[in-house]
Amino acid sequence: MTLTGQTSTRKLLYWGSHYLMIAAFVIFALFPLYWLLKVSVTPNDILYTEGVRLWPSRTSWENYAFVLTQSNFPHYFLNSVIVSGTTALVTTLIAALTGYAFSRFAFRGKVIIVALMLITQMFPLVMLIAPIFKILAPLGLTDSLTGLIIVYTAFNVPFATFLMQSFFDGIPKDLEEAAMIDGNTRFEAFRAIILPLTLPGVAATLGFVFTAAWSELLFALMLVSSESASTFPVGLLSFVSKFSVDFGQMMAAGVLALVPACLFFLLIQRYLVQGLTAGAVKG
Amino acid sequence: MASIQIENARKSYGAVDVLHGIDLNISDGEFIVLVGPSGCGKSTLLRMIAGLEDITSGAISIAGTVVNELQPKDRDIAMVFQSYALYPHMSVAENMSYALALRKTAKEKISDAISGVAEILGLTALLDRRPKALSGGQRQRVAMGRAIVRKPQAFLFDEPLSNLDARLREQMRTEIRKLHRRLGATSVYVTHDQIEAMTMADRIVAMHDGIIQQVGSPVEIYDRPANIFVASFIGSPAMNFLEGSYEIADATTAGIRLSDGALISVLPVADAKPGQAITLGARPEHISIVADAQSGGLPAKVELIEPMGLSTLVHVTLAGKPIKIFTMDRPDYPVDSFIHIAFDMAKIHVFDTASEKRLPPANAAGILT
Amino acid sequence: MNTGTQTGKLPVERRGGFSRKFSGIIEPYLYVSPALVLIIAVMLMPLILGLSYAFRDIRILNPFSGGFVGTAHFEALISDQAFLDALANTAWWTFGSLLFQFGLGLVLALLLNRQFLGRRLVQALVFLPWAVPTFLSGLNWAWMFNPVVGPLPHWMTSLGLMAEPFNILSDPDLAMWGPIIANIWFGIPFFAITLLAALQSIPKELYEAASIDGATTRQQFISITLPFLAPTIAITLMLRTIWIANFADLIVVMTNGGPADSTQIVASYIFTQAFRRLDFGYASAIAAVLLVLLLAYALSVIALRRAMTHTDS
Ligand SMILES: Nc1ncnc2c1ncn2[C@@H]1O[C@H](COP(=O)(O)OP(=O)(O)OP(=O)(O)O)[C@@H](O)[C@H]1O
Ligand SMILES: [Mg+2]
Repeated sequence: MTLTGQTSTRKLLYWGSHYLMIAAFVIFALFPLYWLLKVSVTPNDILYTEGVRLWPSRTSWENYAFVLTQSNFPHYFLNSVIVSGTTALVTTLIAALTGYAFSRFAFRGKVIIVALMLITQMFPLVMLIAPIFKILAPLGLTDSLTGLIIVYTAFNVPFATFLMQSFFDGIPKDLEEAAMIDGNTRFEAFRAIILPLTLPGVAATLGFVFTAAWSELLFALMLVSSESASTFPVGLLSFVSKFSVDFGQMMAAGVLALVPACLFFLLIQRYLVQGLTAGAVKG
Repeated sequence: MASIQIENARKSYGAVDVLHGIDLNISDGEFIVLVGPSGCGKSTLLRMIAGLEDITSGAISIAGTVVNELQPKDRDIAMVFQSYALYPHMSVAENMSYALALRKTAKEKISDAISGVAEILGLTALLDRRPKALSGGQRQRVAMGRAIVRKPQAFLFDEPLSNLDARLREQMRTEIRKLHRRLGATSVYVTHDQIEAMTMADRIVAMHDGIIQQVGSPVEIYDRPANIFVASFIGSPAMNFLEGSYEIADATTAGIRLSDGALISVLPVADAKPGQAITLGARPEHISIVADAQSGGLPAKVELIEPMGLSTLVHVTLAGKPIKIFTMDRPDYPVDSFIHIAFDMAKIHVFDTASEKRLPPANAAGILT
Repeated sequence: MNTGTQTGKLPVERRGGFSRKFSGIIEPYLYVSPALVLIIAVMLMPLILGLSYAFRDIRILNPFSGGFVGTAHFEALISDQAFLDALANTAWWTFGSLLFQFGLGLVLALLLNRQFLGRRLVQALVFLPWAVPTFLSGLNWAWMFNPVVGPLPHWMTSLGLMAEPFNILSDPDLAMWGPIIANIWFGIPFFAITLLAALQSIPKELYEAASIDGATTRQQFISITLPFLAPTIAITLMLRTIWIANFADLIVVMTNGGPADSTQIVASYIFTQAFRRLDFGYASAIAAVLLVLLLAYALSVIALRRAMTHTDS
């Protein structure tokens, strides 16, 4: 066999297995979602009789029609978008500031603050519901989207901070020093030079926080009692009545709930993976 | 352009003192080179001038104004980093115009300034590129350009050439010197490369362990090093040192008696008493190889012959100490053979072993110093 | 000498001196203060309040409860077999999930770190599970494991892994696999995204240099990729361990701790105590123990890392 022949078969093998593995991941990721979709378009009367078929003999969109027109879901979606979007933005902003301070400054009390953030991650959130309710109620922040946003932001800040810090650690500090000599204050340098370079990290953090807030159920259920401030996971529960679960409608709502989340991911996807810092330093 | 005064500047990180009271006056338009071994505090001093580090005590002033309390952005200085620190998300032109844009300079003025500087540095064709699409040398030029367009009061350089290969470094060295002559800007240049220090500086500041050892022109530093540290740090190949005790022969000659009993003649020095412990310093080019003992030579054993192109370096041992000798000849002594070497009496440096300070010659050389 | 001017005493502005030092000292606190205020108000204070319940008798439906009981809850806990079993299950659940999430996430990140046709699409698709609400994905997986309406048992039977289709969620020996698989499915994107972002920041020149030096792909992975990823790996693994140990949602939805408590982890046991038995005092005591255990884990990981980095240098 010739040398080029050898390398090209190796290449073929390499890319073959590469695509095979990618395909495996895609199938693993998508199959449950496919099943969600399948259940949502299966008419109720054949839901169980054709339970294990890959695609039902008849399909119907009535579950979707019901969710979109007869239920409160559009409203829940809107609430969820507001809560998750705001939480993602606010959390990422706060986490960027804190992560930057952790990455760049040595200051008194830093270890204590880091420890504090870690410890808050170790206590089951379930046990915080009652105390948080006690604190928020007098402020009029229960049963409101603002209250949810505050709580979600607090929950997500510690992790988002550590994540942002790890991204800032990867950016040479010469860069903001150069900017400070060029005429920026430190904060301006952070905003104009460092933050744009951590866009992949910012996007990843936004994505994590958004999805965490998007799917949170416990606090949404416990802190909010009115329909008008309910988020979409709480709405999903409304399909679970005392006697039965309306799976078709629930899955339809679930599939619809994927749409904003997907749009959000597509939006940040562009920034997620880019070697932005290339060329900053050295020869 | 401006002068820079540093007065009793100290820096400590917690309990660690890094700079112990630095005094330095840099006059308008001067090119100062800070040299010293790694960790001696050169970068720290430079960063204190820039305002990137707080000054623990003392004062730094630029153009007559104390700047201790000014932020870097208010000091009107430019700095070239060892890592270049180019903004990766900006084009070359944007990198260079960033500071001017922050100062709200008019657009036309900025583009004039940039095209002028780009011309000087040969960057005109690269203005639209991002740093990642540049070679190391080109990035270095952009870093220079970014500093130059601002027309600052002073330039600070922190080992700007250390990432370049030898040839490019040599070329940039002359270019920076030319630029300096053209712009006449006050410059402080940090390096641990003593060739850069010798070739570029108006004055060299030699530092060691956070203390200035000597300030002087390159020739002054080379010919009259203030102490053993400066003598050994400046010059390549490095100065040879031998220890012995001081002896006085007559009014015009003194000698250093080595441990093996050999005597090396030196000019008498003012502040030494007979029997005082002395360290003798001789640069490789001030030792010559002579025919035999009759012509005043001392026997030395050949260890290695090192051809260096233009010249040859002969490694020998004398009184158990290694000695390097610089010669323009092409010697071919066999290893382990004995040759005779002679020291150029007028060029030998005498240091007090205890204080490590140089003891200047008493008479004739008194005029020299 | 070309510097003739001997400067006298320079006038130092005392006022300004104070301000620069002062602003230098307070600057970091300005950056961290929003986070700090929020965390203290919304997490630390409730956490302390919650911990205090561990020493009180708090049962929601019992009007006589509320008194101080000292360490009675903790004494009861030592002999609570269900709790001890839940501890063992927690370890199994946490490390079983984490190992696969991390391993597969790393493989996925490495696959995506290569340029190939359709990469962006694939990237968007494989990250989707992360966006599905936990509650819904739990239900969906439970649905798929059910032989009446789900395909998985039938597939496993055809593959010879099962004699006949049955629901693993109702088999005490296998039930834990159900939530673990759902958790792996849900958690891979997290590691993939984080590691991918870290991979992207490795300077390409390093690989070029290494391949010129003749390093094989595996050697490059060990000598360049892993060391560069190490900080990200260390921090995310530790945080995720803590997070998963506390993550009861999938278990509550899919098995509710059953059958026969075989999938009961500490976090779901707390949930059961608090919301089914309405015994908040006892639930808080369990939560306090979990907190101490996780703290011990985190401290030992940090100590281990410190020891390792010290021997390195
Ligand atoms: N943040 C800090 N905390 C404690 N010590 C520090 C800090 N920064 C620098 N140092 C110490 O200060 C001393 C001087 O450092 P500096 O960077 O000025 O050295 P340098 O002369 O520039 O060396 P090099 O030639 O290697 O760049 C070093 O011993 C260093 O360890
Ligand atoms: Mg330095």
